[in-house]
Amino acid sequence: MKKTLNSIFLSRSQRIVACVALALSAKAGAPNAIIAGVSDAGPDATINLIMRDIDHNQLDIALTRTDNLLRIYPNFRLAHLIRGDLLLARSQALTGFGNATNAPAERVNDLREEAIARLKGYRSRPTTNTVPRYLLQLRDDQNYAIVVDTKQSRLYVYRNEKGRPVFVADWYVSQGKAGAEKTREGDLKTPIGVYQVTGILPGEKIGDYYGKRAFPLNYPNEWDRMQGRNGHGIWLHGVPSDTFARPPKASEGCVVLANQDLDTLGTYLQIGVTPIIISDGVEWLSLDDWQTQRQSLDKEIENWRADWESRDTDRYLSHYSSRFRAGNLNLASWGRQKRDVNASKAWVKVSVRNLSVLRNPGKEEMVMVSFDQDYRSNNVNNVSTKRQYWIKEDGRWKIIYEGST
Amino acid sequence: MRRSSPACYSILVTTMVTTMVVLSAVSIPAFAQNPPAGSVVAEAQALMQQGQQSQALEKVDRALAANPRDRQARFLKGVILTELNKLDEAAAVFVKLTQDAPELPEPYNNLAVIYAQQKQYDKAKAALEMAIRTNPSYAVAHENLGDLYAKMAREAYDKALQTDSSNANAQAKLNLLRELTAAPAKPPVPAAPTRQVTIAAAPAPAPVRSEPPKPAQPVQAAIASSAAKPPAPAIAPAAPAAVAATSAQAQSSKSAASSSAAAAPAEEGKSAVRSAVLAWASAWSNKNAREYLSYYAKDFQVPDRKSRKDWEEERTQRVTKPGNIKVSVAELEIHVNGDHATARFKQHYDSANFNSASGKTLELTQRNGHWQIVQERIGR
Repeated sequence: MKKTLNSIFLSRSQRIVACVALALSAKAGAPNAIIAGVSDAGPDATINLIMRDIDHNQLDIALTRTDNLLRIYPNFRLAHLIRGDLLLARSQALTGFGNATNAPAERVNDLREEAIARLKGYRSRPTTNTVPRYLLQLRDDQNYAIVVDTKQSRLYVYRNEKGRPVFVADWYVSQGKAGAEKTREGDLKTPIGVYQVTGILPGEKIGDYYGKRAFPLNYPNEWDRMQGRNGHGIWLHGVPSDTFARPPKASEGCVVLANQDLDTLGTYLQIGVTPIIISDGVEWLSLDDWQTQRQSLDKEIENWRADWESRDTDRYLSHYSSRFRAGNLNLASWGRQKRDVNASKAWVKVSVRNLSVLRNPGKEEMVMVSFDQDYRSNNVNNVSTKRQYWIKEDGRWKIIYEGST
Repeated sequence: MRRSSPACYSILVTTMVTTMVVLSAVSIPAFAQNPPAGSVVAEAQALMQQGQQSQALEKVDRALAANPRDRQARFLKGVILTELNKLDEAAAVFVKLTQDAPELPEPYNNLAVIYAQQKQYDKAKAALEMAIRTNPSYAVAHENLGDLYAKMAREAYDKALQTDSSNANAQAKLNLLRELTAAPAKPPVPAAPTRQVTIAAAPAPAPVRSEPPKPAQPVQAAIASSAAKPPAPAIAPAAPAAVAATSAQAQSSKSAASSSAAAAPAEEGKSAVRSAVLAWASAWSNKNAREYLSYYAKDFQVPDRKSRKDWEEERTQRVTKPGNIKVSVAELEIHVNGDHATARFKQHYDSANFNSASGKTLELTQRNGHWQIVQERIGR
């Protein structure tokens, strides 16, 4: 039952488009026709159809499709450019994409890049039996997860179905002018990593340029700081009201969505909860491989928990990297502290609940783990939310950072 | 340069004048039936050509008072109103004409010109398509349709690229005025003979096209209106040729029909014509305006009612415009008939900002051993 409701809910945005299309076509005096030739799977599906028409030399059909696409998205500049080409093709031979005379070359190029990004992104949409390798374990309360691929200029929405990510939607997005892998303030790059939104900035506060609202990300996170990365003000945001989309590389590091897509995204996002993973080239796993990776990490976490309960400090410390840091502590001081504590315990019980395991998309093999930890012992009880970063060291998963949030 | 709007606009305007002339030929029978009204119409036409639109309007209204159904007068009134920029009134006149005489392409065409000025492109397109439906080989409508698409494309590009070509449009309006005030000071002749010759001399109703231009292929009409090309004779083989022939033919002092007798086409004649055509294209490519113009005969039919001098100036300016020009000739077919030859070919034109491929027909005559162009037409 829940599943049915969900799927109805999820197709809502698509049905809205179809309704708008119907309304518009009715207005245009074609009461019986759904807007002809416009896919209800979003603008990129339609752009893809238009390109196919052009390949098949069916320019009239392509033009009708483009006209109708523009009825739904009147500010879609790329569609206007294609329309210009299709119209011009009726009166002269085309020499390529964007045949406008005296056109600002940079703008034509921006739209060309956008067309390529949209088509590539649309055509390489993930199949239903693959998942992004980052979403190893979603917590029950993480209803959705967002994955951004800066290589494909695309954002993917996944729904959490009992820990398994299920594809929901994907949209074209823009990134920083200088691309991905932000390290410095002002480098005009989009950060790569695992983030959450920290709040909502309403449109009145940010101005029309950023759309109707913005969702700031928690860049730089602890891992970024450990890597010496800095900068701030990385948002998910929209576009000016007279604009449908911006070029693939347009922002100062933010991830930019069409306003309608940002609206839909807003219905999925939970502040401080929904994982937002930005990757420079998403790696997709088959469900089998995903299951294997997830189980091997689950096992490591379980071993760590059991070894802590055993009060055998050496076995416990074997789960920690030589480069381990926790605040001011390094592995040696952390080890001393744990040894002292364990010596005072008659028994220790540790339980781990609400586990979330997200692989960091950076170059390092790093996994962000968080869970609610219930620690009980003969003299101290403590409940906290813990965050750990695990890295692959000498072929084994080890903890390089640990802290409570 | 060509794709800037001024050229489009001026073409639209000259087209209107042109179509009017065609119509006067078409509706000659009305003249015959009603000489007094007809002569008033002719006077109105003369006034209009001298730029005296208000007086022309008075005259034409007088003619219409005498004979409210006179199609020619009504058409002329529409043209005058258009030139007075009373576009809605003009459109109403043409709409009524399309209802009363749906077989005439011209009112549809002019309606389209008005709609295009009002940026009602869809209506303009529909009107042109009607014009073409009434007369599939009506070249003017094809040309205008090509221009209309170019204008629509320009607007789409403006939206796509956030550019603004409305400045160009403002210039076009200025051009439009200049075009009118600079109307030939020549004594106006009802149904200018040269134009009728164009019709009469047109090759047998070779259907230039029997359906609206297919996209993707370079459409011939585009070139006709191209400022980068020799302005096309405004009239290509028109369907009402028969009417035209019976009406205005009589006045035509230089009917090309004279050389209708078949002559043995000498192969060497063909090769000389071929050389002339290729040399003409090469002079154009080399931007040698002087040489280029030397391939046009003294009695070349200058298109668009321009004086030979104006035309030469315009051609010189365009041929020598900055940037590379490459004109090449393909699929050249030549028919020689005594001292007269027809060369039909596909003309490829490439320049910095305009490329096209279109059919082209040159009529040539041999004078003192040189083949020279007497007429240049779009289409093969």
